[in-house]
Amino acid sequence: MSDRSTVVYYYDGSYDGFLCCVFESFSEKEQPAAIYDMYAADQLSLFGAKMIETTPALALRVRDSIPNKMGLEAQDLLEKAFLTCLRDKELCMLRFMRLGYKVGRGICSRMTEPAVDTLLKAVKHLEREAHLYLGFVRFSECGGVLISEIEPKNNVLPVIAPHFLNRFSGEDFMIFDRTNKVALMYKDGEHVFVHADRIELPPESPEEKEYRAMWRTFYDTIGIEGRRNESCRRTHMPKRYWRQMTEVKHLI
Amino acid sequence: MNAMDTMEKLRILTDAAKYDVACTSSGVDRMGTRGQLGSAAAAGICHSFASDGRCISLLKVLMSNACTYDCSYCLNRRTNETERATFRPRELADLTIQFYRRNYIEGLFLSSAVVGTPDYTCELMLSVLHILRREYRFGGYIHVKAIPGADERLIRELGLLADRMSVNIELPSNESLKRLAPQKTKESILAPMTQIRNSIMENKSELVQYRHAPQFVPGGQSTQMIIGATPETDRSILRLTEGLYKKYALKRVFYSAYMPLVEDRNLPALDTAPPLLREHRLYQADWLLRFYGFTAEEILDDAHPDFNPLLDPKCNWAVNHPEVFPVEVNRAPYELLLRVPGIGVTSARRILRARRETKLDFDGLKKLGVVLKRASYFITCQGKMNCRIKTDDPAVLMGILRDRGLPQGGFQPEMPEQLSLFQPTREDGVKCLTGQL
Repeated sequence: MSDRSTVVYYYDGSYDGFLCCVFESFSEKEQPAAIYDMYAADQLSLFGAKMIETTPALALRVRDSIPNKMGLEAQDLLEKAFLTCLRDKELCMLRFMRLGYKVGRGICSRMTEPAVDTLLKAVKHLEREAHLYLGFVRFSECGGVLISEIEPKNNVLPVIAPHFLNRFSGEDFMIFDRTNKVALMYKDGEHVFVHADRIELPPESPEEKEYRAMWRTFYDTIGIEGRRNESCRRTHMPKRYWRQMTEVKHLI
Repeated sequence: MNAMDTMEKLRILTDAAKYDVACTSSGVDRMGTRGQLGSAAAAGICHSFASDGRCISLLKVLMSNACTYDCSYCLNRRTNETERATFRPRELADLTIQFYRRNYIEGLFLSSAVVGTPDYTCELMLSVLHILRREYRFGGYIHVKAIPGADERLIRELGLLADRMSVNIELPSNESLKRLAPQKTKESILAPMTQIRNSIMENKSELVQYRHAPQFVPGGQSTQMIIGATPETDRSILRLTEGLYKKYALKRVFYSAYMPLVEDRNLPALDTAPPLLREHRLYQADWLLRFYGFTAEEILDDAHPDFNPLLDPKCNWAVNHPEVFPVEVNRAPYELLLRVPGIGVTSARRILRARRETKLDFDGLKKLGVVLKRASYFITCQGKMNCRIKTDDPAVLMGILRDRGLPQGGFQPEMPEQLSLFQPTREDGVKCLTGQL
């Protein structure tokens, strides 16, 4: 592999597409200077650009090799890392995989290696945000459907989806991720992820207004004035979440 | 009944319930059933945080605040002039479901003042749980307070529908109880606690025999006590806690700093600040009992019956036991790693795992999440230490490690500032009031 990297990969933004970049990097014995999602990239590169086509057969070869060589934990880590907002996550993941093919199944125990540490921290950030959203998602009922909007930093929707599908299996609901422009729709026992730029919400019903008002009343009453602690509240519930939360959005 | 009415009740009965500490929704993992509402997650989920920084997980309300008792510390006592309200069971069940559907809450926390008799109160609460579990097939979390003095059969029925039950032991000693809550006795409080413990144990053996036997409070039982209203030492409170964990197999003991709300000659004056730092120290010690293998006797003894306001209990133990340290992180067993200030349960486990693959150095420890600011005085990495001061002198260490940025209402120590080698951190002041109760 040459030390000087003079090539930049562009791929279609899918996980399979990324795996094909990995294949390309190994088969050409070259280290790309960057790997960009061709739909999201806005930088012009001085290096030679290479369009990596997504080939399912190649992607599958790489996909299968991960649990075989590095174990299931590494597979899980990589799949989650792909959902994070880590800068240059593709390069970081490639770096992790290079190390993984070399050292094998012990890779996830090498938490002090920068290549592993970077991914672990990013995934921790994703998981923490996802956990917060399990609680912070707020549904509004519009015509029998529960609708919610979130604005996460990471792509948390695939991580939180199983929880909501399980908990609200008897309801029809939708969660719209404004950052990543994806919506999870669940109707009559079937769910689907769809791309959406924005959603139009119908005006809320009097009943919906009433429950919101009651929830705000509960929220305002439950805090103990003699123990008021703003910084503690913000530590646990950072202000960026408040915009979508019924009980605090008027406080911003 | 119109909605304005429910709103008013909600306000009154939330206001009356807010001094109850526990709001955790943990301890039960239950998958949802297809087509039905609700599930429970073992780790617990916080849905919001109130203006005091405490987590809001459950809809925490009283069934009623129209109490027949007259406990002097309590806002709901019969002789106190305050607004009274009582939910109708269906009203409360519907409210719970509607809040739950909107993902406002993880479930219901139902407590109550004693309306008429303990049995009648229990029956009211029971009918709420009945509607939720049997009629609406609600699978979310339910925490219910056992009412001391109620019939055993009613307590048992509540336990079969709830995830967690608790009995407040209210005050840390029998004498204090006699003085402030003359209608309650140690026995009347411990009786339901014993019953719940026994039912949980019986249920465990039933479940071994019959997989589908109904579960009795799968989330276990908890309790809480008020501190700072009566003269007990920290040591006696901690020993009581230890006893409760051992004898009654409690899942959690909660502490609530006394907030003066009513005037009484037996109580601290109305302008007394709640002892928040003391409450914080108790929670820290409680953690040491449950997860770090400490005993109450190790944390506080006859010579030191109260917590050191300047140092957290773990640091305090470490500086007073120089013979144990330094610890070599590449070899020390798990139990010993846990004794090092700055190493917690998570980082200790990660150390065990990481050192199988590589030799650890200080930089690596930092990556693993060890707080070197505290730990470096107590550890060696491959035989090397990372500090230049004498670490076997408790006084020196105490000056370096002491808590800075003490919280509001806490003990304000008069310590010369030049003792501190580091800039104050705000972290400890913030930690003091974490909502993770």
